[in-house]
Amino acid sequence: IYVLSDFLRGQHLFSHLFSSRVSALSFRSTPLRFYLFLVKAELIGWQHIDFGFEWRCTSISHFGMAIERILKDDASEEKGERARMASFVGAMAIADLVKTTLGPKGMDKILQSTGRGQTVTVTNDGATILKSLHIDNPAAKVLVELDISKVQDDEVGDGTTSVVVLAGELLREAEKLVASKIHPMTIIAGFRMAAECAREALLKKVVDNKANEEKFKTDLMKIAKTTLSSKILSQDKEHFAKLAVDAVLRLKGSTNLESIQIIKKPGGSLKDSFLDEGFILDKKIGIGQPKRIENANILVANTAMDTDKVKIYGARVRVDSMAKVADIEAAEKQKMREKVDKILAHGINCFVNRQLIYNFPEELFANAGVLAIEHADFDGIERLALVTGGEIASTFDNPESVKLGHCKLIEEIMIGEDKLIKFSGVEMGQACTVVLRGASHHVLDEAERSLHDALCVLSQTVNDSRVLFGGGWPEMVMAKAVDELARTTPGKRSHAIEAFSRALVAIPTTIADNAGLDSAELVARLRAEHNKEDSNAGIDVISGSVGNMSELGISEAFKVKQAVLLSATEAAEMILRVDEIITCAPRRREDRM
Amino acid sequence: MALAFDEYGRPFIIIKEQEQKTRLRGLDAQKANISAGRSVARILRTSLGPKGMDKMLSSPDGDVTITNDGATILEQMDVDNQIAKLMVELSRSQDYEIGDGTTGVVVMAGSLLEQAEKLLERGIHPIRIAEGYELASRIAVEHLERIAHKFEFGENNIESLVQTCMTTLSSKIVNRCKRQLAEISVKAVLAVADLERKDVNLDLIKVDGKVGGKLEDTELIYGIVVDKDMSHPQMPKQIQDANIAILTCPFEPPKPKTKHKVDIDTVEKFEALRRQEHQYFDDMVQQCKDVGATLVICQWGFDDEANHLLMHRNLPAVRWVGGVELELIAIATGGRIVPRFQELTAEKLGKAGLVREKSFGTTKDRMLYIEHCANSRAVTVFIRGGNKMMIEETKRSIHDALCVARNLIRNNSIVYGGGSAEIACSIAVEAAADRYPGVEQYAIRAFADALDAIPMALAENSGLQPIETLSAVKSQQIKIPTRVMQENNPHCGIDCNDVGTTDMREQNVFETLIGKQQQVLLATQVVKMILKIDDVISAAEF
Repeated sequence: IYVLSDFLRGQHLFSHLFSSRVSALSFRSTPLRFYLFLVKAELIGWQHIDFGFEWRCTSISHFGMAIERILKDDASEEKGERARMASFVGAMAIADLVKTTLGPKGMDKILQSTGRGQTVTVTNDGATILKSLHIDNPAAKVLVELDISKVQDDEVGDGTTSVVVLAGELLREAEKLVASKIHPMTIIAGFRMAAECAREALLKKVVDNKANEEKFKTDLMKIAKTTLSSKILSQDKEHFAKLAVDAVLRLKGSTNLESIQIIKKPGGSLKDSFLDEGFILDKKIGIGQPKRIENANILVANTAMDTDKVKIYGARVRVDSMAKVADIEAAEKQKMREKVDKILAHGINCFVNRQLIYNFPEELFANAGVLAIEHADFDGIERLALVTGGEIASTFDNPESVKLGHCKLIEEIMIGEDKLIKFSGVEMGQACTVVLRGASHHVLDEAERSLHDALCVLSQTVNDSRVLFGGGWPEMVMAKAVDELARTTPGKRSHAIEAFSRALVAIPTTIADNAGLDSAELVARLRAEHNKEDSNAGIDVISGSVGNMSELGISEAFKVKQAVLLSATEAAEMILRVDEIITCAPRRREDRM
Repeated sequence: MALAFDEYGRPFIIIKEQEQKTRLRGLDAQKANISAGRSVARILRTSLGPKGMDKMLSSPDGDVTITNDGATILEQMDVDNQIAKLMVELSRSQDYEIGDGTTGVVVMAGSLLEQAEKLLERGIHPIRIAEGYELASRIAVEHLERIAHKFEFGENNIESLVQTCMTTLSSKIVNRCKRQLAEISVKAVLAVADLERKDVNLDLIKVDGKVGGKLEDTELIYGIVVDKDMSHPQMPKQIQDANIAILTCPFEPPKPKTKHKVDIDTVEKFEALRRQEHQYFDDMVQQCKDVGATLVICQWGFDDEANHLLMHRNLPAVRWVGGVELELIAIATGGRIVPRFQELTAEKLGKAGLVREKSFGTTKDRMLYIEHCANSRAVTVFIRGGNKMMIEETKRSIHDALCVARNLIRNNSIVYGGGSAEIACSIAVEAAADRYPGVEQYAIRAFADALDAIPMALAENSGLQPIETLSAVKSQQIKIPTRVMQENNPHCGIDCNDVGTTDMREQNVFETLIGKQQQVLLATQVVKMILKIDDVISAAEF
């Protein structure tokens, strides 16, 4: 019993409970008896048998006395089928979680943070949901990490939900195959072939309207509308699609979304949001300074305009009389005055500083009729310097060589109740600002995420103008091609390929399910449609039937679909390849002392 | 055992406080140790070979690593058992010495232990087993030498090197673009290799990664990549023929180490100090400018004013560059690291043909590329990938491939992979066994059996019938006499990828000779060490 309790350290209760039974076993117990013991434990209803324990027992069973724990006490190890099951279950749970947000009629999720304030986010954006989850299951973590990876969110911007759902479906199919004793490596080989084949099938069907500008723009509009239709902006998708397309076209092919600034102002309705071609700075103009400047010369600066301390280390003021304090104060003022004079010598009529401007210099600026803006944050400064073409200055001794920024008009504008400063007619035509209006912060946050997705997709589409139809059409095209491949592939791999096609079909099924439609019926009809040559059939969620996607104007970017396909396959492969999960003991907090 | 029983089966105590101590002696100790070693080997066994599975490791902080690399698995496994730690060390030393074959060495040690256990049960003394293993390992190493091939390559003929690296990479998750990565690795190694001395300093190869892009975007840069950008957003993004000043002093007012105070008590002093401060920044920048620097790389930060002055004087600068990177830059550009502005001279500047800032993706990720350096012997492998996990795994894989390429430059002998070398050794050891009188003979035979474990695991992982496949290949090796080797054909291995031939020459599966030899020697050493332990006393943990 002593030895046993040694094995079962951590399961004191266990050994205690069964001590009478255990004593019946001989000391050098044979494996068989140990298993009997385990079985008994299970019969009695002790269902939760820790892995560590079972594992230790296996080593006992092999070597009689020799009991060796390899890992630290709290570490656990899961092997083979069991590990695979744990990862499948974890990954599928994640997929099921975001599944209901897919498609134009997908539902939103409320996320409540555990931090202070318990802030609430309402969202439909897969990436946001996944980012906010606290996940313990390692496989689920892989899926989340892979999905919210930079590629999908930053470089493609959309399709995060689709990746997770597709990966989940692939794993669901893989699980069945593993259960019927097909080696995971064979499944992976099949999946790879299928993914390649699916990509080829899509490539054959892409439409590229780059040459025709008019058509290209309508393509962009369609894509924007499709992307936005699943989001909170779907009510005003026309409006926002136009907004997004205009903003992206201003970028002229650059994918740098930094020059599109999004300002959120609560109040008004979503419809009141607008695109402004200038640059809007969310700051106030100093008191007594001009509210409107035409043909502005702007100096963008990063310098201390508060007290301008002496930077030499250890310097301090030590005086012995009040008079001297006054003298030094005067000297300080003089210093500031000189600095302001130097700045004014640049011949500017607008001064924007990253740091604070104290009242004294502000007054000096006001006297000189110069608009001074303080405390513009770092991004604002850089962006302003970028769009106005000026340089960010910190010293002001050589006014002739400092490049000033220019713009046609600076004015104060009102949005809702807030005053903002608008720089219009800037030199760089790329910059523009989107002002979002909405009832509450939640709405605005969600609107910003949706718009960001749309902007990402559009900017990618401008570079890679290949376009596909939406509404489950690409999945059906891929499924068809993959099915054909399965039929011509000899060997076990064909099962995996077939499974891949089933997983693909799951996406239109989910879209239909989320819209409350009869998915079985619709998908079957869709399949029949797709067996005809050159079908454009997809699920028309609005009318609840199979519709012609080209007529309905539902399009998606090829790049997004391709990324979804490849990322999902990669994620599934990564999880399938795992046959063992080793979890280290959690790091101990130093709370015992 | 420190626990005995009386005739009624009740235990009584021999060692004081035995509840708190565990003690194992004699055969039990050996068996316990063997079982610990084998448990470790069992974990790695399924990761062997091109179709090996991955392990998912969850660290104490909850980070997940998915890997196939033996050394990494063991390192992150949080091992507690002392014998198991020996196995971890074993894999690590293979990693340090050779860089590849970290899984194989552990699997081999595990199977040696397994065979030893059988012998122990038959009553053979552990020391005799250890000696037998030692003899056998010598035979195996010699035999490896005999079946090895010299293998020609040159600056322009890198195909053979690439093939070998591909063998290494094929078992990793990156095998999708193994060809490309293998080429990158080989080129990187050749760029820094000293072909005359047959040595490669891997420190000159920096493996860096940045999340984003595709695995296919991974590239080899003949120069250095620093994850920094210009200190001022409006500095030029590209500099031709840069003269680089490498500084370890900040562009800030001096901070003497001794405590001091500068008292300001009059207006004059205030003015003087102000002027001095201004002068100070001016001087610093002027000094850099005077020696002809066109780029300043600094280990420390800049004051806003200094930053603008630099920008103003058209002197691009990079700040907060880490110490290691600074050294690499110094090596690559042939510059000297300068700790004080006063010591800056024209000779101490580094030279680089092109310095450019490159931005990635839709966000503002920027990296600084320093290319065409004066000393072109520093290269960077720059990995791109979908997420951090992928990049980390690729880094490990590239490291393995780099090591393989280096080993080939050191010693251009190769043996064939796919388990063929192990099978050949096994046959040779088996044949040699009969010549030894004494108990060692058994140990030597056991060694031969243990060698079979690797091809067996390979076959198993590839979904083949292990015993059938192994015996088929073995007979093939003996049956087909080739002209090169008079006796046997040591090229037959396990056909893991289902290509249809067992001839590893046709499949182009190579491994380095030193790698294989090291595997055999290291595994034998550790097993010997484990066998010699006969008493384990461990104090209680709590």
